[in-house]
Amino acid sequence: MSQVQLRDVTKTYGGNQIIHGVSVQIEDGEFVVLVGPSGCGKSTLLRMIAGLEDICGGEVQIGTRVVNDVLAKDRDIAMVFQSYALYPHMTVADNMAFSLKLKGMPKAERAKKVHKAADILGLGPLLDRYPRQMSGGQRQRVAMGRAIVRDPQVFLFDEPLSNLDAKLRVEMRTEIKALQHRLQTTTIYVTHDQIEAMTMADKIVVMRAGVVEQCDTPLNIYDHPDNMFVAAFIGSPSMNFVEGKIVMQGGKPTFASHDGVILPLSEDVQVKDGQPVVYGFRPEHIQLAGSDGIETRISVVEPTGSETMVFMEMGQSSITGVFRERVLEADGAPLFVRPDPARVHLFDPITTKCLG
Amino acid sequence: MTMTDTTMPASAPFKRQRKLPRLSRFVVHGVVVLFMASWLLPILALLVSSFRRQADTAASGWWWAFLRPNFTMQNYTLALDQLDIAGSLTTSVAIALPTTIITVLLSLIGAYALVRMQFRGRMALSLALVALLVTPPQITLVPLLKLYYTFGISGTIPGIWLYQVGFTLPFGVFLLRGFIASIPAELYEAAELDGASQLRIFRSVVMPLARPIMASLGLMAFLWSWNDLLTPLLFMGGSSHAAPVTVNLAGLANQTSQGQGPLMAATFLSVIIPLFLIVALQRYFVRGILGGAVKG
Amino acid sequence: MKDTMTLIPLLIVLGAIGIPVLVYAALGVGEGILRTFPPVLRRSARPWVWLSLPILLIVLILLYPVIDTIRTSFKNARVDDWVGLDNYLWAFSGTMLEVIGNNVLWLIAFPLCVVVLALITAVLFDKVKYEPFAVTIAVLPTAISFTAGAVIWGQMYSFQPAGMAQFGTINGFLSLFGIKPVAWLIEPVINNFALIFIAVWLQLGIATLILSSAIKNVGDDMVEAARLDGAGDFRVFFSIILPNILPSVLVVLTTMIIAALKVFDIVYVMTNGNFGTDVIANRLYYELFAMNNLGHASAIAVVLLITALPVALINIHQFRTEAGK
Repeated sequence: MSQVQLRDVTKTYGGNQIIHGVSVQIEDGEFVVLVGPSGCGKSTLLRMIAGLEDICGGEVQIGTRVVNDVLAKDRDIAMVFQSYALYPHMTVADNMAFSLKLKGMPKAERAKKVHKAADILGLGPLLDRYPRQMSGGQRQRVAMGRAIVRDPQVFLFDEPLSNLDAKLRVEMRTEIKALQHRLQTTTIYVTHDQIEAMTMADKIVVMRAGVVEQCDTPLNIYDHPDNMFVAAFIGSPSMNFVEGKIVMQGGKPTFASHDGVILPLSEDVQVKDGQPVVYGFRPEHIQLAGSDGIETRISVVEPTGSETMVFMEMGQSSITGVFRERVLEADGAPLFVRPDPARVHLFDPITTKCLG
Repeated sequence: MTMTDTTMPASAPFKRQRKLPRLSRFVVHGVVVLFMASWLLPILALLVSSFRRQADTAASGWWWAFLRPNFTMQNYTLALDQLDIAGSLTTSVAIALPTTIITVLLSLIGAYALVRMQFRGRMALSLALVALLVTPPQITLVPLLKLYYTFGISGTIPGIWLYQVGFTLPFGVFLLRGFIASIPAELYEAAELDGASQLRIFRSVVMPLARPIMASLGLMAFLWSWNDLLTPLLFMGGSSHAAPVTVNLAGLANQTSQGQGPLMAATFLSVIIPLFLIVALQRYFVRGILGGAVKG
Repeated sequence: MKDTMTLIPLLIVLGAIGIPVLVYAALGVGEGILRTFPPVLRRSARPWVWLSLPILLIVLILLYPVIDTIRTSFKNARVDDWVGLDNYLWAFSGTMLEVIGNNVLWLIAFPLCVVVLALITAVLFDKVKYEPFAVTIAVLPTAISFTAGAVIWGQMYSFQPAGMAQFGTINGFLSLFGIKPVAWLIEPVINNFALIFIAVWLQLGIATLILSSAIKNVGDDMVEAARLDGAGDFRVFFSIILPNILPSVLVVLTTMIIAALKVFDIVYVMTNGNFGTDVIANRLYYELFAMNNLGHASAIAVVLLITALPVALINIHQFRTEAGK
């Protein structure tokens, strides 16, 4: 167990820089999720920490040791791969014991460790099976068992749940989180699924195109996204954006979209009259309103039972709303809504950064 | 109505092996059986002839043996003792077995390095291998004969290993390369993180996984080596060992003094091992042919 | 004699166990030396440690001889003087023309015959339940050496003048119907085809295996769709199956062309090139050992290589497109 520090880490592939000076501080025992769209460099970054990719610039420090020139096998980390990468020709027990065997651990001690890990993961009865005889979820557990037995300083997970079906994914999500709580081992977890990131992480690192866009606790990222990319990426359905400018009405700021829709703002926002902004609000932060609300036109209604998702046209922008109430109006009918001004995010349209 | 609809077999899917009309079915079976019979006939003729008496062979065709059965083991005794087929078989084993094992090991090493290691010239090397796949053996003979004489390995069995291994390596690397490339990279990486060295990964991950394809290559290498006439004919001259079985047979076939019987017995003895191997290991043979063929 | 009999088991142990152990140990030593290198150098040096033995062998057994043979082909019989293109002029003149003609016949007739027969067997086998058994029988001869194949077919082709009892299987069969016996190995042109057929018998199994697996890979959906569209068996074969297995047919063709190019054993054992059946590879052997003319032999070998070159280029092209995917 130990902390991990990335200091200005860069990676270049055949002239293309794909990691641009990433710096992240990961505390001892912390569960950190690297999240971002595919191609953002999150997996590459993880593989650099693992030692499977060269570090072209900057430093990676695990514990008190800078590991740039340390071989993967000597970094004292364990990794769970997307495909699980179990050895097909070895039994579950042998799969888990392989690293211990290579360390020269005596057989009895090896067996003890394997059994302990198997008990934690409920793999006891499966120890003599081969990977091909097991289900996806079981293989996933073996892959974790292989990591656990080594008792490493850091666990690395590379999209470990993406090969499982939806139901199992939710189950394993909880299980991995519980396991990490129990073992208190520093964990770095890569995923493209923002729900996994939100539910599992102590800290989320949102990446795009080899750059860290934001690094904070899940709720802070949700409530205070630094920029439009993070705001759009985290949260499902995605945040609504409307472009326009600030209009002062009697000293109070309001927002006017380019097509003339007026939207409310809270009084304490620090903006100037006429300032161009992007008005962002999450689908769950709109309420149904009476005819004094903003008029929209319904495109599609998707009831999920517990709530209702409505896609609608507001002026010329398409927005999404999620309501606790049932919406029974037909497609094409008008719907009056109002964004909650306290939970509106304003962004600079040029820098896409959050304004205050 | 719905009841009858669902029970009607009319909507049953068309099957690949659609029921042929009775006449064409008869023709298909007829042709296939005829083919099998005619393909087997030469081997059957060999087997029968090898058990016939000299006098019978000189007087009538082999099929008379079915009408007037009169068999003997004499041809086999002759072949083994006088024609030194026993010695020839031993020499052939001494050539083919090591050739096979060394070929498989070196091919695996080469294929592993070629697939798993990044280096300059990797593509060029692969292409060179592919190009060398079609080299006719004849073009290598003159310089190698000179070389073998210079180094004094002409007429030695290890000299034959050297030639056959070197000549089969491009195919071996090529065949195993395809298999090793099909093992997911994450498996090697997992082994690396588990603390395995390159050599350990090679021994504990690659070798066990590649066992079936190694068997395929091994079978093919063995058959080639065992059946090769040209190499031992040229490079085993002046050897103190008995000639390998192909060379011995070729010599026997060109001189008629021994009579047909012993030659047939000798020939049958020479094909027993390969025939047994191909029947016992047919699925590896198929894999080797397809693995080698599909890729090039 | 006694000497060799004790020596041979020793040789087998040395070659089958000793050398592999040595090779593995050498890798271990190589890795040990690599460990003393700095990481970057280690990684770039490692492939060469692993590849050194295979590359060394291939250079020694294939590359160097090819280059040396090309050089020798421009020299005289005793390789002590340059003679320019003389050897090549000889290679395409006089008796060599017949030899080359025979090789061309092999190059065309053998692959074609194999492909056609293999297509027929693969399609028909696919329709019978005892397919595995039929395939096994087709594959059996592929285990037999060309030498043994020649002996086996010597008995098939055996010929006695008309009016005498026929011992050869084929002539014996023909005599049942009162057909005059044929001197299969002596009659010009017929004898070439007789030799080619031996090779077909020996190699057909490989082609059948490749094509029948290709046919099984043609999607059932596609065949069924064609059937629903009203296509009969022949239509399905020519419009659906054949176009889809064309790559495999090409593989068979190229494999067999290479085999035809190298053919030596059959001719050497059955006719030794007499009666107008000589081929390049056998002639090369003759030039080398009977005539001691290294220049001629080398030129012939280079001609063989050049003939194989188009196939090599096709293979390279295919490999590149596959690697590029």
